[in-house]
Amino acid sequence: MLPQKKNKRHLAAVPDSGPIQQTLQQTMDLDRLIHERLRLGIVSALAVNKSLSFNDLKMILNTSDGNLSVHARKLENAEYIQCKKSFEGRMPHTEYSITDTGRQALEHYLHHMESLIETTRQVHP
Amino acid sequence: MTRFQDSETPVFLQDRAIENLQYIRQTMERATAYTGISGRGLVLVGCSALISAWAAQQQVEVAHWIFVWLAEAVVSVVIAAGMMARKSKRLQIPMWSETARRFLLSFTPPMLAGGLLTSVIYQQGLSYLIPGLWMLLYGTAVIAGGTYSVKIVPVMGTCFMLLGTLALFLSPQWGHVLLGMGFGGLHIIFGLLIARQHGG
Repeated sequence: MLPQKKNKRHLAAVPDSGPIQQTLQQTMDLDRLIHERLRLGIVSALAVNKSLSFNDLKMILNTSDGNLSVHARKLENAEYIQCKKSFEGRMPHTEYSITDTGRQALEHYLHHMESLIETTRQVHP
Repeated sequence: MTRFQDSETPVFLQDRAIENLQYIRQTMERATAYTGISGRGLVLVGCSALISAWAAQQQVEVAHWIFVWLAEAVVSVVIAAGMMARKSKRLQIPMWSETARRFLLSFTPPMLAGGLLTSVIYQQGLSYLIPGLWMLLYGTAVIAGGTYSVKIVPVMGTCFMLLGTLALFLSPQWGHVLLGMGFGGLHIIFGLLIARQHGG
């Protein structure tokens, strides 16, 4: 996992100047919920599948049970994803899928990153 | 930590944004490759294989019989590629991803070995070995190509290898039946399972 928190410090060090300032403002408004690496991964993986089981997600994102369940819970609380729990024999089975809210959030985040790239390109041709 | 200073920082931000986008793209690719195998496509491949098994059995000459199955192989590739393209289009994801490339890199060598062995075995007049050889090598190719896919894919590969082994040891007249069971039956069964569990 990459150290996401560093981001804030970088942002604080940028001087006030027109377009950069704007971009920064956008970045500050960044959807923190989806910005975290593993949560971004969960949302991205679910965006291209009707649903994925807990174990599917674990394989795709190459992460641990604990890590995945903590971050999935956060996304679930924000209603970005929903989960259906059932039993297959005696084994609990959790199936995740993305909600419309989650899809919008991902789209928003994508636009955000794109505009960030666009803006910096204008400042530094 | 000179990066914090002045004009370098936006570039750094840009790098991070690009990196984030790449991560999203990679994750989507991995997630698609993972369940990207089209169950419906496999069912179609299985059905065409059943037709081919029937057609192959009508042939008297061994060469014709082999030719029917080679034609079936081409048809299968076309069906599989078509269904994959459809799924990629529906999910708006490039078909020629890194994962697709890796799949082909591991799937192709056993298939090439199979092609080579087929021509040698045919020339040596040992054609009764061909059904077993094909299923054994196709199973190997599926296991190798499906390493990074839903678990059911390598399981299918293993079933093919088992049927192939059976075909190698049973008497030659079972060859046709086992080929039909493998390329027809296994594809249809696993195709249905995949379609049910992994959405299409």
